Amino acid sequence: MSTQTAPVTPSVAPQSSGALKRFFAPDNRYLAPILITCILLAGHLSFGILESYQKTVLAIVTSIAAELVLGWLLMRKWLHPASAYITGISVGILVRSPAYWPYVVCSLLSISSKYVLRLKNRHIWNPSNFGISVLLFLAPETVATLSIQWGNNVWPMLVIWVLGSVIIWRVRRFNITATYVLSFIAFAFVRSWITGSPWLSEIAPLTGPMYQLFIFFMITDPKTTVRNRTAQCVVAFLIAVVEMILRLEQIVYAPFYALFLVGPAAFLIEMWWDSRHAAAKVPAVA
Amino acid sequence: MKQGRITKLVLAVIFAGLVISPLVIKRISSARDSGSVKLDAKEALAHHGFYLEEVSRSAGVNFVHQAPTLDHKLDHIMPQVASMGAAVSIVDFDRDGWPDIYVTNSGEGSKNVLYRNQHDGTFKDVASEMGIADVNQPGTGVSMGAVWGDYDNDGYEDLFLYKWGRPELFHNDQGHGFTRVTDQAGLPPWLNANTAIWLDYDGDGLLDLFIGGYYSEKIDLWHLADTRMMPESFEYAKNGGRKYLLHNLGGGRFEDATEKAGIDSRRWTLAASAADLRGTGHPDLFIANDYGISELYFNDGKRFHNVGERTGVGFAPKSGMNAAFGDIFNRGAYAIYVSNISEDGVLIQGNNLWVPKEGTSGDTLHYDNLARDLGVELGGWSFGAQFGDLNNDGTLDLYLTNGYVSLDRSRSYWYDFSKIAGGNTFIIGDAKNWPAMEGRSLSGYQHKRVWMNDGAGKFIDVAQSVGVTDTYDGRSVALVDLWNRGVLDVVAANQRGPLLIYKNTVAPENQWIEFDLEGTSSNRSAIGAQVTLFWNGQQQVQEVSGGSGFCAQNQRRLHFGLGKDAKIEKAVIRWPSGEVQTVESPAVNQAHKIKEAA
Repeated sequence: MSTQTAPVTPSVAPQSSGALKRFFAPDNRYLAPILITCILLAGHLSFGILESYQKTVLAIVTSIAAELVLGWLLMRKWLHPASAYITGISVGILVRSPAYWPYVVCSLLSISSKYVLRLKNRHIWNPSNFGISVLLFLAPETVATLSIQWGNNVWPMLVIWVLGSVIIWRVRRFNITATYVLSFIAFAFVRSWITGSPWLSEIAPLTGPMYQLFIFFMITDPKTTVRNRTAQCVVAFLIAVVEMILRLEQIVYAPFYALFLVGPAAFLIEMWWDSRHAAAKVPAVA
Repeated sequence: MKQGRITKLVLAVIFAGLVISPLVIKRISSARDSGSVKLDAKEALAHHGFYLEEVSRSAGVNFVHQAPTLDHKLDHIMPQVASMGAAVSIVDFDRDGWPDIYVTNSGEGSKNVLYRNQHDGTFKDVASEMGIADVNQPGTGVSMGAVWGDYDNDGYEDLFLYKWGRPELFHNDQGHGFTRVTDQAGLPPWLNANTAIWLDYDGDGLLDLFIGGYYSEKIDLWHLADTRMMPESFEYAKNGGRKYLLHNLGGGRFEDATEKAGIDSRRWTLAASAADLRGTGHPDLFIANDYGISELYFNDGKRFHNVGERTGVGFAPKSGMNAAFGDIFNRGAYAIYVSNISEDGVLIQGNNLWVPKEGTSGDTLHYDNLARDLGVELGGWSFGAQFGDLNNDGTLDLYLTNGYVSLDRSRSYWYDFSKIAGGNTFIIGDAKNWPAMEGRSLSGYQHKRVWMNDGAGKFIDVAQSVGVTDTYDGRSVALVDLWNRGVLDVVAANQRGPLLIYKNTVAPENQWIEFDLEGTSSNRSAIGAQVTLFWNGQQQVQEVSGGSGFCAQNQRRLHFGLGKDAKIEKAVIRWPSGEVQTVESPAVNQAHKIKEAA
């Protein structure tokens, strides 16, 4: 949930001069930050979804500051803050804690993981997924995540679904979201059959804002997903599989942990595959 | 190149430090918590200045609460739906100068009890002979709580019983028995209420009633038309029960003044309490709501104005289950304590301690939540809480009970609960979509909190140290000087559990004073009367309450701890009538009976 601003596939410059089309162009690095900000503001002004403005601002400022400092220290350049902004705002929305320190620690963990946990010059964990998962695992007495509805009608949910789908479609990652959602629904029926719980209760999490942010902004992060579109669908399916297993073990934050486990594994396999493929090509060239 | 490697190494070390930082913070927090250390009575007295001993059996109290059995459509989640009704309220119903205890029961056909104080350390249940025991008959609903107030100013406290079902008003016949006067009083015919308080909102000298509905009053929980009776959202629900402000017309009749007074809410109310927060002479009203935000209404003497959002207390939605006022800093201003839910790894709402912001007062009053800073934030699935000076050191302490559903210790319902809590309204609002509990616990077997005010801006949990070791599903707590010893004892009502009486022993060097007020122009119960005590260069304000905490009512008598070598300058009493009465240098270690000057 950090680098939606950097599409993997090079895009063709839009021919249309329409402002709307330009805004939704996949190479608009401000698209995701603006939309996630709109979602946050709409959610908070309507329903007070945030713990507080201060905590969200703290998470954003910490993220951006960490990105700027680490970028300068390690690369000697000032990085664009859009990616760190999304990480910060994600932490601000998803982390629920009465304390201030988790917002600082989570933001620092998320951003610094990009620079520390690297392989072949690529970071392997989605930053905010890493930060939130670590915090949920190590500080359960202080930290939870957003797990409730925004309001009590269906409209906020529909707005986020539509907006999210548009963005994801434009950045050519709708296949990931669609595969995950369909897999989740299918596995919800399986879980219902196994546990005897009403199937609507198994579907219920998918209707909440935490999942909407998870499926639109986190599992689709271009920097930490595999490149091949079929492989992307397979990975999304595997995330849903691992999540189902964790859910059968009654683990509340199953989606975060599933992505935490599957995402880097898929990424490493892709790197191994690429290097093997490249090695196979070398003799032919030679 | 070398510099780059050093930078990366430093970064890796910092990163590792960040990863382990939550564990370090947890360790530091645990080290601060002394509540887990068990001490014997002598050590507890030496360390904390008081010790609580559970004495219900030796006091002749053997009450065990029964939960209701609602419509069978709710069987699969019955333990969490039928999870309230254990309540305690304190009254001296026979005016013998010794406090008595009224306890509600909630099984169909079960009986409420009125424990008359025998003056010898024991109690005797006289509810049946007084006519206020058999109030849970099938078809009439079951008790959720009770509040006492002298609505006709005859000198004897009358009983209002709120239920999931038909509410009841009983007139106290001079301590010899009670007469049911519900029908002529003009009460609502049916409601599903979990709070009610007496208050004189318009200052006419007659006690009015506020009642807060939880489930909609249109629902009969024993005969459900369908299962769409759950909250429409976990934190934004507005499909709960309506509120009632019943204006006392005199002659035992009440009129519905809710709309006229500006109260219009269908949130899921679990607690309410009233106090004059702005020094206007009119009681303001605080309402704690489950599944949503709290509400604060300023009272101009005729109408209530919802200022929850403006004052800061009504923005972030939680699971409000308690409303109690206390002047915790001895500066003549009330903080408000609201309990919520905290469960490790699932939901960390944190309880709220709303403290008036420095420099704000009157209509500009604004509150900050200082629960975390002061150390009273995490109390599990918290329910009833009350402020009181438990060790007579001159500062108010806080007793909190907790625990929701204690069934199978090894299996938790939290995973399923969290699943459904995140569901859209069409899922969460229908009970049939809720997974079956199947004997699992939901925040069960929790340790209570006894937060001792250190007088320097921190509360420290000393529950285990001072003898509060029970893990029942606590609901309602009342503080009372049961045996006129100048100390506050604790009475705790537990859902499907025993009524507990914690007898308090306090270090004898700490002094105290109590005020037993009786109104003349004001309502005779003196509900709403404020006493500001000035001693040793400090002041503390307390107010006679018509109900506070969760489904509870403390003793009407006001108790002040004073610490050692107290020199009281004066006690200033402001009566609901507006009359101000000053008592110069009242004697310490005494209960003072004071009648409003005519």
